Amino acid sequence: MHSAIEGIGLAPYLSIGAILLVLGVFGIFVNRKNVIIILMSIELILLSANINFVAFSAATGDLSGQVMTLFVLTIAAAESAIGLAIVTVYFRNRGSIEVDDITMMKG
Amino acid sequence: MMTQIVFYVFAAVLVLSATMVVCARNPVHSVLFLILAFFNAAGLFLIAGAEFLAMTLVIVYVGAVAVLFLFVVMMLDVNFAQMREGVQRYAPIGGVVGGVLLVELIMAFTHWRVASNIGQIRHLVPSSSERTNTAALGDVLYTHYIFLFQSCALVLLVAMIGAIVLTLRDRPTGRRQDIDRQHDRTSADSLEMLQVPLGAGVAAQGGFLRPHTSYDVASVPGSYGTEAWREQQMAEETQTALVVIPPAAGTKGQDNA
Repeated sequence: MHSAIEGIGLAPYLSIGAILLVLGVFGIFVNRKNVIIILMSIELILLSANINFVAFSAATGDLSGQVMTLFVLTIAAAESAIGLAIVTVYFRNRGSIEVDDITMMKG
Repeated sequence: MMTQIVFYVFAAVLVLSATMVVCARNPVHSVLFLILAFFNAAGLFLIAGAEFLAMTLVIVYVGAVAVLFLFVVMMLDVNFAQMREGVQRYAPIGGVVGGVLLVELIMAFTHWRVASNIGQIRHLVPSSSERTNTAALGDVLYTHYIFLFQSCALVLLVAMIGAIVLTLRDRPTGRRQDIDRQHDRTSADSLEMLQVPLGAGVAAQGGFLRPHTSYDVASVPGSYGTEAWREQQMAEETQTALVVIPPAAGTKGQDNA
């Protein structure tokens, strides 16, 4: 094990990542009224993936995990920008951001 | 020992604030707890030796993404009171799915082991005493991962253009350049030579003079940006639209730009 997380170990990091993932999924299911909180839950899920990447990178002494984290950060930023733009346009057209109302494409 | 204490403090605050992101009544509080969660995650990254990523997390997430969330939450005039209505109904489903996911993760975690040849992949060293984490990351990012790096730039470009295209719209009050009208102008209808009396200035002529013909965009019929033009565009849109979507029941579309 690399010296960076020596004394803590890999397991606590992975546990934190698992807890964050579960919280994010829980948040997606619970918040049926607010798309913005669903977007925040997705950010939590991506953060848990990042924590796993960084933990494995430190544990194996390999930099690839940190590079992947950098790319995940980029994708997450792009995703939240596009998502919030869609939410804004949707609210402008419909006056509501409830998930149950989003049935426009059902035909 | 000190590192462990710091780690568990960061971890506990991270998990608590993530819980509050999901459970807070007010979306603004959710965003603020998200910021706290990102700060603590940056602390965890620091402990793991990923200094550059920790700083990037703070700058990108707290500085840009969370502020974007905060901006949108405050811009949208959403009724927070009815936001929590469905929670009682959907909490069991969310709990079941989350619980199943957690159990599966625990099962995967308990039956997981490090590959025996894990030492062989250690070719990109995160940081050493003579090479900082940021420098090591830069070495790798611009050599091994240059194509991924460029693809990320493209993704960001597409996201930027997409966000602008989605939210940009023509406003009736907007002014835009009209090349034809600019070329049609002559000095005769925009310029007039006047004899200004000595010592009296323009005050003797009744103060500053307005042009004889107005160049206000709104005064020219059919030109871009006028109310008539806007109505014509709207009529065309309505006639050619396949489906006209009514607003959601009990709500009203809002001009929030």
